[in-house]
Amino acid sequence: MDCDVVNNMNAATRRTKGDKKVLKKQQKASHTLLKHEGISTTSQPTKSLVVANGGLGNGVSREDLFAAVNQFGDVESLLMPPQKPYAFVTYRFEDGARKAHAQLNGKKLQSGENSVTFYLSYVDSVKHREEALVGFPEGLTLVEDFVSLEEETLLLAAVDWSMSNEAQKALKHRRVKHYGFEFRYDNNNVDKDKPLPAGLPDECLPVLQRCLQDGLINVLPDQLTVNQYESGQGIPPHVDTHSAFEDTILSLSLGAKAVMEFRHPEGRAVPVVLPERSLLVMKGESRYLWTHGITPRKFDLVPACEPDVGSNSGLTLSKRGTRTSFTFRKIRYEPCCCAFPSACDSQEGTSPYPPSPPSLPCCHADATLLEEEYVHRVYDAIASHFSRTRHTPWPHVCHFLSSLRPGSVLVDVGCGNGKYLGVNPQLITVGCDRSSALVQICAERGFQVFVSDALSVPLRTASCDACISIAVIHHFSTLERRLAAVRELVRLLKPGGQALIYVWAYEQEYNKQKSKYLKDHDKQHNGEKSKDTPEESQESHEEPSVFTTSHVERDVKDASEMTEGRLSVHTNRTAFNSQDLLVPWHLKGRKTHGEEESSGRFSSRGEPNPDFDSSMSSDTTHSPDSKPSPSDNMCQIPGGSSVPVFHRYYHVFQQGELEQLCTQVTCIKVQTSYHDQGNWCVVLQKE
Amino acid sequence: MKLLTHNMLTSHVKGVTKGYPLLIKATEVKVNEVEFNPKFVCRMIPKLEWSTLVQAADQLGHREELPGELVPDYEKNEDFLKKVHRVLLEVEVIEGCLQCPESGREFPISKGIPNMLLNEDEA
Repeated sequence: MDCDVVNNMNAATRRTKGDKKVLKKQQKASHTLLKHEGISTTSQPTKSLVVANGGLGNGVSREDLFAAVNQFGDVESLLMPPQKPYAFVTYRFEDGARKAHAQLNGKKLQSGENSVTFYLSYVDSVKHREEALVGFPEGLTLVEDFVSLEEETLLLAAVDWSMSNEAQKALKHRRVKHYGFEFRYDNNNVDKDKPLPAGLPDECLPVLQRCLQDGLINVLPDQLTVNQYESGQGIPPHVDTHSAFEDTILSLSLGAKAVMEFRHPEGRAVPVVLPERSLLVMKGESRYLWTHGITPRKFDLVPACEPDVGSNSGLTLSKRGTRTSFTFRKIRYEPCCCAFPSACDSQEGTSPYPPSPPSLPCCHADATLLEEEYVHRVYDAIASHFSRTRHTPWPHVCHFLSSLRPGSVLVDVGCGNGKYLGVNPQLITVGCDRSSALVQICAERGFQVFVSDALSVPLRTASCDACISIAVIHHFSTLERRLAAVRELVRLLKPGGQALIYVWAYEQEYNKQKSKYLKDHDKQHNGEKSKDTPEESQESHEEPSVFTTSHVERDVKDASEMTEGRLSVHTNRTAFNSQDLLVPWHLKGRKTHGEEESSGRFSSRGEPNPDFDSSMSSDTTHSPDSKPSPSDNMCQIPGGSSVPVFHRYYHVFQQGELEQLCTQVTCIKVQTSYHDQGNWCVVLQKE
Repeated sequence: MKLLTHNMLTSHVKGVTKGYPLLIKATEVKVNEVEFNPKFVCRMIPKLEWSTLVQAADQLGHREELPGELVPDYEKNEDFLKKVHRVLLEVEVIEGCLQCPESGREFPISKGIPNMLLNEDEA
C-alpha cells in the first residue's frame, strides 16, 4: 500500500462504504496520472490540486469548473490542458486547496448535459507541456466578419430547404443543397455538361463581388454547395476533388460557429475556429493536400473569450448551434496539374489510394489487382502494427493443433506473424504468407517460413498431415478464387489429412451472442480494455472511418450513398451491411510513453472519454489493442489523434457458405463446422 | 531455410511437371546448434524424401557421411539420428537461391527466407 493511502487511512477514523469508494477511485486516478501523464500527486496539502474528471476532455467547461472551485478561495490559476480529462487549480492560499479537497472530492458536478464525479489530489507543481502553437496550413485564410448580420439573414433565407429536387439531399449527417452544378457523392465529381436549372442565388452576388474586389478570387465561382449541420453533425475529412474544381474554394459560415479540422497527410492537425459570418479561403496546399472536416459533436473547444484567470490555457467549450455553410467553387475543365500529385486524381498512379473505393471484380485480372492493392500492399504496410495486435492464439485453433499426432507435418497457409507455428512443438511446422514483411517477423522468431501465394503453394502434393488457413480465404475477391484456395489446401494433404479453415462471418451475432468483435465496441464505449480475442476482434483501433486522401465529401458511414457496385467501407466493430467490403485499419506506431513513435509521424494520442478512469486507462495503455473510442456527442478536441488508414478487402461469409464452398472440392468431407467468435470454421478431411 | 523445409518445397511454375527437388545455390550457409531430440528426429524421418535430403546436404558441403540409402532400425542408432538432426535442423541457408530443375527459374533466398512468389504469367 503506498503512503497516500496510509495517510488517508490515518486521517479518517470512520469510513462509510461510499467514502471507501471515493478513496479508491481517487487513488486510482492519481496512479493513472502518475503512470500515464507523469503528474505526481502528493499526500501533503499544497496550493495546487489536480481535478480528475474536471477536464475539457470530459466535457467540463471552464466556466462550470471555475464556478465549482472558486467558492473555496481565491483561485490563482485554472489550467485546462486540451484533450485531457483533468484540470489543475491553484489557489492563492493552501487553505483554499484544503477546502476544495475536502468538499469537492468524490462530488458530482453537472456541466451542461454532462454529469461527472471529481477526484482531487494535491500536486507540488502544475506542470503542463504547452502544446506547440501550430500555424494555419499554407494557403489558408480566414476573414472574420466578412458578411454583416443583415447579409447573413438574407443568405440563410435564400436557401429554400422545402423545395425537393435532385440537387437537395438529406444526407445522414447533414443537409445539403447544390446550385449551378450538382456535386455527385457517388463519383465525387460534378457533371460538367449538366448544369442545374438553378444558378447561384442572387443574394450571393454582392458577397462574391467583394471577394473579387479584395483579390481573394480571380474569377466568379459557378458552383455552390450549401451544407446545413445541426448540433452533433459533421462531415468526414476530405479533399475536394482536384479534377472537379479550380484552386480557390470559399466557404462562408453562417448561423453558428464550428471548428474545422485540417489534417496534413503526415498527421499534423490544425483546428480552425470558423466564427459565424466568417469566410474561409482555401488555396494551394490547404486546398489540394490537407483534408478538412468537421467532427460530429455537440461541443467545440474554442479559445475562451473573456480574459479570466490563468492565461495558460484559455480554452473552453462552446455548444454548437445550427451552422450553414456556403461553399463556392469554380468548375474545372482541364485536368488538375497541381504540385500535390499524391492527393490529385488528375495525376493518378502516384496516389497511394485511388479516389474512390474499387468495385467488386468481374474478372480474374481485376481480382488480382484488387487483392494486390487492398490486401497484399496493406499487409506489408501494416505488418509490424498488425503483428503487435496478434499475439494470442485462438483457443479452438490451438485445440485443433494439439489434437494432431506428434510428428505430424503441419503447414500454416497464410501464417501472418506465425502465432500458430509454435503452439504444438511436437509438430513439424512450416508457414507461408503472401506478405514478406509478416514472413520476416516469423523468421525472426525462428520459424520455418517462405513467401508464397495461397493459390499456389510450392509444396509437394500430399506432403502434409494437416493444414490450417486462418483468416485468409476471406481476402479472395471472387468465388472461383476462394474455391481455388480450398483446392490448394486439399492438394497439400495426405489422404486422411485434415485442414482447418477460419473465415470471418457476416453474422457477427450468432445464437443471440454478439461476437467479441462487436462486444469490444461496447466495451470500448464503457472504457474497458479489450482483450486479445479471436479473429478481427483484435482490431480495436477503430475511430470513425476516415479517408486520409482525396476522398471527397463522401459520408463513408452511409452505405446508401454507395452506388454503381462500389465496395462499401465498413465501420469497425459494427454489424456488416454487405458481404464484400473494405475494412479500415488505423495504423499506429508503437506507443512509448512520453515520446512519439520513432518516425514521429503517427501520433498515438487518444481521444477523451466522458469518464476519467476509463479514459485514462485506455487513452494511455500500452496495448495496441486498446483504443479509446471517440464519443459521438462529446467534445473531441481538434488536433487529436490522426493516423493513416488502410483499407483491406474482405468477403465475409454467410452461414453455410463455407461448407457449400468445400463441398465443391472432390475427395474431401466436412468433418465439423462451427461458429467461433464471429468466424465460420470447418475441419475437412481428405479421403 | 532449413533442409527440412527444402525437402518439402517444390517448383510450382506453370507447365512444370518435375519441379522437385529444387537445386540449392547457396552463398551463405549457417550452422546453428539446436537441442537434439531423438524422438522428434525419428518421427521426421519417414516424412522425408531421403535422397533429396542427402543430395541437398551434399550440395551445401554438410553431408555428415549420411548414407545414400536410409539405414534400417535407425530408431536406435543415436549416432545416425544426430547426423540427421544436424542436417535437417541445424544447417540453414541464409542467402542464395533455389532453382527449378525443369524451367531453371530461380527463387531468391534472403535472410533465410525463400521467396516463392510467381509472376502473373508463371502462375
